[in-house]
Amino acid sequence: MAERVGICAVAQTTYGHDKWDVRFQGMALDVLELLLEETGVDFAEDTGIGMTISVSDDIFDARTISNNGMTDVLGGHFRCEEKVAQEGIQALYYGMAAILSGHVDLVLVLGHCKESQPQSRNMITHKAFDPFYTRPVGLDFCAAAGLQAQAYMDQSGLTDEHLACIVERARQKAVRNPFTPEAQLLTRIAVQASPMLADPIRELHAYPVSDGAVGMILASEERARKITSKPVWITGVGNCMDSFFMGDRDLTSNFALKKAAQRAYQRAGITNPAQAFDVIEVSDQYAFQQPLWMEGLGICPQNSAPQWIEESGPEKNHVNASGGMLAGNPLILGGLIRAAEAARQLRGDAGANQVENANLALAHGVMGPAGQFHSIAILEGGSQ
Amino acid sequence: MKKNRNVGVVGVGQSVYSSHREEVNQPEMIHEVIQEALEHAGLKMDQIDCVVHGNMELFEMVHQPDLWHTIGSGTFGKESLRVTTGGTTGATLVSAADHLVASGLHDIVLAIGFEKLQEGHTTGGITNMADPLWARQLQTGALTGMTADDLIAEFGETRAKKASMLYRIIMDQHAMKNKKAHRRLGLEFDQAEDLAKNSPALVGELRMIHMCSQSDGACVMIFASEEKARALCPQPAWIKDHVTVHREELFGCFGLEPVVSTHRYAAEKLFKRNHIKVPVKEIDLFEIYDPSSWWGLDWLRDFLLLEGDEHLKMVENRDIGINGSFPINPSGGVIASNPIGATAMARVAEAALQIMGDAGEHQVPKIVNQALASGFGGTLWTALFLLTRELSKEEA
Repeated sequence: MAERVGICAVAQTTYGHDKWDVRFQGMALDVLELLLEETGVDFAEDTGIGMTISVSDDIFDARTISNNGMTDVLGGHFRCEEKVAQEGIQALYYGMAAILSGHVDLVLVLGHCKESQPQSRNMITHKAFDPFYTRPVGLDFCAAAGLQAQAYMDQSGLTDEHLACIVERARQKAVRNPFTPEAQLLTRIAVQASPMLADPIRELHAYPVSDGAVGMILASEERARKITSKPVWITGVGNCMDSFFMGDRDLTSNFALKKAAQRAYQRAGITNPAQAFDVIEVSDQYAFQQPLWMEGLGICPQNSAPQWIEESGPEKNHVNASGGMLAGNPLILGGLIRAAEAARQLRGDAGANQVENANLALAHGVMGPAGQFHSIAILEGGSQ
Repeated sequence: MKKNRNVGVVGVGQSVYSSHREEVNQPEMIHEVIQEALEHAGLKMDQIDCVVHGNMELFEMVHQPDLWHTIGSGTFGKESLRVTTGGTTGATLVSAADHLVASGLHDIVLAIGFEKLQEGHTTGGITNMADPLWARQLQTGALTGMTADDLIAEFGETRAKKASMLYRIIMDQHAMKNKKAHRRLGLEFDQAEDLAKNSPALVGELRMIHMCSQSDGACVMIFASEEKARALCPQPAWIKDHVTVHREELFGCFGLEPVVSTHRYAAEKLFKRNHIKVPVKEIDLFEIYDPSSWWGLDWLRDFLLLEGDEHLKMVENRDIGINGSFPINPSGGVIASNPIGATAMARVAEAALQIMGDAGEHQVPKIVNQALASGFGGTLWTALFLLTRELSKEEA
């Protein structure tokens, strides 16, 4: 790839368990205004934002064509708007392709989700299962994660205590992140005493229901340099789809994650992932996933997660310095928010959670039952 | 801006479009079409780098259906992207595939648009698109009689109704040549008067016969970089350019005047960028997303930058017939077949087939050098594509 694509600005709402007083359009507008203010770009015909990529989900929004309700906010007035209805980090994948293709040089990415709207997000993810074989069993993403957690803990020796450590640390980070104001510190004992959701996943092992919106301005290298003195370059992307039926998969093999990582590393020219990254943001919807994904990414060796956690691996590798998804981000935005948090680190904007001299980051998103689909973006600080 | 590299369509597959594809489930229906597209392109699944997928979740009530569809779509182990942009979804999938190949990220990308409308309630689903506070009470699915009223007001009742029915019958005659089309009614021109009077009224002068179907079906297209396309295909259809123009949900929020249609706006932009001065002369055919014969008729004026009653004359003179000077929808168009997530892609696919010379019985009897295809959805959103038979010197 001849040219690079830069993230010129990131903005987020706070994430809360029920933003009943604001519609999803309102959340998105707050993000858009921050982005326009920071970058000074607009929607002018030839020089402004050439393409908007929205991220939302029809079933979460209970709206057919959920981006229809967003066009007022997203510059839909005689302009191009397209919707990624997948894990939000895929909007970076798509935005990057659109810019590298030469079709546009300035892209707005904006995702929203209100998990509080449906009675239960499990009812929504239940609908991801095929209506013939797996839906009648009552599966949803949480139950599927339970099966994966069982298999992984059996194999790796990971215990309930390890999971409590992960949650405790996530909360310590989250209380210092201004975007997760509802987060509270937790003791390991409290985590271990919380009720079972899908054995061995406890209530406090699961990411909390949350509402929020996140956005970015992407630009070609040339334009990014003009817009900001702190660009963040997307130097590698990669994703992979695993097979659908969980019985067809080895749930602890990280098949799709390994392939996604391999592709992203290759495109970014990374040969030693275990040492390469200053910041790692992974979508840990459930506590057990943080070490599982680390193995898949090649950050810690296969089946060494218990030791890695005991030796403060998450801290040493700067994994989810933001608090991660365990601090509360909506399902379809998890990966996009990971990328936003990684970009904040690389721009030196991460406040109390700032990692010193952060220059290379990995952001990860996951979708589907037991990690069927993974997507990764490698981000590099603008000093290069 | 210059395209990073050229992208050609090298394979197309379409299912039989029908009101009930009960003999196949969703992944099976997609599988059937992927096989056809791979065969058309002379490719095997392991040569595909990335799969792009799209439809609208609420029609079948399957959350992130690309996950389940993996068992029929061949996406296992591959990169993928899921984009959905309302009725324009099929067209957006083409834009996405074009970007993914042109960017250099992938050499060969397969795109799938599908819908099995029989499994849900289409009109209920579309009604659910409207804002629950401001517009849901007014929304009647995709049904709107407004365009019929407008045309009648502008051109008089007799002329407008005749032209709309003539357009409808020409489309059906095209559909009769397309074995995959859903509604193939065998209409004759002498039925026009009877149909205009006796077809059940839906909204005002929008009658059942004017309206598109709700169909089950899938469309698959395979895109390749110039180098691969030339090696794979004797005549690829090149994706020359595309323009997407949306409008806000609440039309009034940026003021009502001046009213420019998104179609005309998109067309002016596309033609200016590609130095097309007289579209009906320079372009050889148009696959238009025509949800009803009133809309098809009306929108010709905007897309082709016509004035006054020129678009009516085109229909009245039967220029839009498959043997006419400017064929519209030789496939039968959307009025004949409408599996929503696939519909807009089928327009681009049909335009590509005409350029490739592979449209079979509904191939137009002339060389197609430039073809236009449109997608429609949401609140008058449009996605307009220009496909060419040859690359110009500066592109090659």
